[in-house]
Amino acid sequence: MILAWLIFILLVAGILAAIAARRSHDMARWISLAATLLDLALTLALWIQHSGRISFGNSGDWLEQVDWTWIPQLGIHFHLALDGLSLLLLALTFFLGVLSVLCSWSEIAHSVGFFHLNLLWILAGITGVFLATDLFLFYFAWELMLVPMYFLIVLWGHEHRVYAAVKFFLFTQLSGLLMLVAILVLYFFHHAGGGIYTFDYEQLLHTPLSSRAALWIMLGFFAAFAVKLPLFPFHTWLPDAHTEAPTAGSVILAGLLLKTGAYGMIRFVVPLFPGAAREFAPVAMSLGVAGIIYCAVMAFSQHDLKRLVAYTSVSHLGFVVLGVFSWNELALQGAVMTMLCHGISTGALFILTGALQERIHTRELGQMGGLWSTAPRLSGAGLYFALASLGLPGLGDFIGEFLVLLGAWRYHRVLTIVASIGVLAATFYALRLVQRAFHGPNEYRWTLTDLVPREGVIIALMAISLLWLGLYPQPVLSTFSPALHALEAKAQATAVIR
Amino acid sequence: MTSSDLIPLLPLMVIAASAVATMLAIAVRLRHAVALTVTTLGLCAAFASLFVAAPLAPRSVTPLIRIDSSALFYTGLILAGSIAVAFLSYGYYRHHRRSRPEELYILIAIAALGSATLVSVSHFASLFLGLEILSVSLYGMVAYERDLKASVEAGVKYLVLAAASASLLLFGMALVYFELGTMEFGRMADAAARPGVASSIVAVGVVLIVAGIGFKLALVPFHMWTPDVYEGAPAPVAAFVATVSKGAVFALLLRYFGQSGARNNTLLLVFTIIAVASMFAGNLLALLQNNVKRILAYSSIAHLGYLIVAFEAGGNMAGFAVAFYLVAYFATMLGAFGVVAMVSAPGNDLGDLASYRGLFWRRPAVAGTFTVMLLSLAGIPLTAGFVGKFYIVAAGASALLWLLVFSLVITSAIGLYHYLRIVVALYSRSEEPVTAGSRTAQRIAWPLTWAVGALTAAVIAIGCYPSPVLRLIQDMIAGPQ
Repeated sequence: MILAWLIFILLVAGILAAIAARRSHDMARWISLAATLLDLALTLALWIQHSGRISFGNSGDWLEQVDWTWIPQLGIHFHLALDGLSLLLLALTFFLGVLSVLCSWSEIAHSVGFFHLNLLWILAGITGVFLATDLFLFYFAWELMLVPMYFLIVLWGHEHRVYAAVKFFLFTQLSGLLMLVAILVLYFFHHAGGGIYTFDYEQLLHTPLSSRAALWIMLGFFAAFAVKLPLFPFHTWLPDAHTEAPTAGSVILAGLLLKTGAYGMIRFVVPLFPGAAREFAPVAMSLGVAGIIYCAVMAFSQHDLKRLVAYTSVSHLGFVVLGVFSWNELALQGAVMTMLCHGISTGALFILTGALQERIHTRELGQMGGLWSTAPRLSGAGLYFALASLGLPGLGDFIGEFLVLLGAWRYHRVLTIVASIGVLAATFYALRLVQRAFHGPNEYRWTLTDLVPREGVIIALMAISLLWLGLYPQPVLSTFSPALHALEAKAQATAVIR
Repeated sequence: MTSSDLIPLLPLMVIAASAVATMLAIAVRLRHAVALTVTTLGLCAAFASLFVAAPLAPRSVTPLIRIDSSALFYTGLILAGSIAVAFLSYGYYRHHRRSRPEELYILIAIAALGSATLVSVSHFASLFLGLEILSVSLYGMVAYERDLKASVEAGVKYLVLAAASASLLLFGMALVYFELGTMEFGRMADAAARPGVASSIVAVGVVLIVAGIGFKLALVPFHMWTPDVYEGAPAPVAAFVATVSKGAVFALLLRYFGQSGARNNTLLLVFTIIAVASMFAGNLLALLQNNVKRILAYSSIAHLGYLIVAFEAGGNMAGFAVAFYLVAYFATMLGAFGVVAMVSAPGNDLGDLASYRGLFWRRPAVAGTFTVMLLSLAGIPLTAGFVGKFYIVAAGASALLWLLVFSLVITSAIGLYHYLRIVVALYSRSEEPVTAGSRTAQRIAWPLTWAVGALTAAVIAIGCYPSPVLRLIQDMIAGPQ
């Protein structure tokens, strides 16, 4: 029941915010903040409540679930279920949700109500994606994220927003439709095998499939997740969308939307089609590694600060693909860790970029320089998160990428070696960013207001959580590990059936 | 025929009576509101009479008409659509003193009669009668703005092409009758199985019938008239052509092929080609348009292509899919044209995409409604169009029609682009003052507002919780086709 509340609170608060904004813009902001904080609190309460159960290794069951009949004629249920993996991703979702409400407090000045409606509905869609265990519901939530994101970019974005938004929408929609076809084919195969029409994840795991059929259906799912992730060479929508989106949009895109793709791979692609995934793994991993290197190089040559950060996102997400398709404990833990930490560190970089753009009205690296002297707190924070992004030990990202590389080493050595070059390349772009933006002489004589308390709090929260993830990741690891074990077991069982 | 046969025919008779009643009422008192009230009440009474007729279904009344549950279902859909069109027309003509809109309601009622006949026929003769009742009243409706060149041109175009297609249809029927010796759908399968029947002549006949029907449905390559007629016709009439007329003819298509057993592989191939061509042409040509009514026209071509995918799939699933999709499509298309009617005035239909720029900032509710309708046409969740498209893809996938399913996927991604073009225009902040759409300052008459509001609510409700509609469809369509 509480899982459904998590979604409905956001949906209702979105509508309330849109209505309240007619009277006062601040009221809309406060409503959104309250809704996201409430969801965050609920999630943390769930975490605390279940922390005992998780550590007992009670991995088979869901921690919490809701199952309502929705469209009985088609065997569709409103079925939400939570395990450790979803729990952490939800915590990330609402954490970044709170921060993105905060960071758009002064950035968004026009049609505030509609903005918050869209923002909260995206979060609702993402929550649905992380919780859905009915494939129809999953697809529904998957598509639900798109429209508000599109509006967010098109209405509050920067110069080339229409182009970027349409490109984003078309890429994700087309790949989503391929997934829809794949879901339906799986549904009919399940009916042909067992005579039951159902979209339920647990039941579809036991669908008998020929290896050829499994491969094709898997590719349908893979297409949707690869575009969302985004995997090289399907990433071209991302730099545009990130660059043109308002700050909150970029934070949600980088921090959460991309994670839905990775989540889909972990939750659906491998457990549903273990054999096909194994067969396909070298291709997927090669694409992941190609993305790591290619986008690191691209990031190095960008002049637009936001575009630079966007390319680093693709580069980092390559590690996630590498980890997921290695499909062993270490690599999977690394992949999830990278997802969480990347969400925070890249989100923070986007918030800083947004703060900078609000002040100097440009994102051109060439126009910056020497900002440390005028805005030391902002610049210091920039350095901190750039270091996190390059994988400095002690901060979360390091743990994630390190685990991925350890795990992938067992599976494929050459790819792992090439991927570790990507870690090296990260040093170049991250340091270039810091050097060009913050160090050197202040040629353009910027005098900036430093981070205001609201921004300071946002950044401090993110910095602390990243440090925590880097120094003491055990609570997090032990929360999602049972869930990963369960998924591995499911994949094993499915593989045995076929 | 006995007197008890009259009860299943009650809906048709009530619709006919409401046309007559409207005519008499405006002869006594030529008032717009009177015409609307009488027509709406008549159509509502006809809707209520469906429940009287339902217990007696299925029943053949003479060889011409067979009232079964699917006929009742589609009649209900047609009536609901016609009532919505009547409300749209009222709002559209409310502030326009010059033209006399009263007679339009008579034509709407007659066209509804023709459509309702089409969905209950079981015989070529009644098919042709129903089709002509529908067509002839549509000629008048399309050219209703008789002072306006575009409207008259659209009417004449429709007249010439519809007459040509009717003659194709007639010729096809003649060939089938010549070879099979029967015009009753139910007897055709047996007749075709007899030895000595030249199947090639029957096939030619059926293909000609398909061509005639394809014209009404505006399937490629019989679609040429659609954009011009939609553009020239008054917005409510265009809504009628797009929904009620096409829905009725599509139900007829299902009915004819379901009862006569004329499905065969060659024919399915023809339909595959038609469907793929319609999906691609509809969605690609819409990209070249800058007129909202023309975009909607091409969109309707594409949507009928999607429907053919379900038709090809055959079986029970296809019946459900088509019925559900038509419900969703009716609500969405009527809503979209309702918005066009809201911002237009007779003789000055707001079609140009540029005049929709920034509508959201001037009239958020209207633009919001239009957005919902466009997203529903594109098949985005929370709208009826999504569940409809889901059903169609499901039907196609269940029959393993990969070519059609992937054409649908690709073209609906293309289609999304032209819907987004309109959405982008609605939300863009236009600096230049907007000249077109002088109606924006005027109050919109309540029947139009209510109709569009109800349609929006329906689109969202069906999109979020389609179960009740699905249950209704299952009850109605499950019977033998």
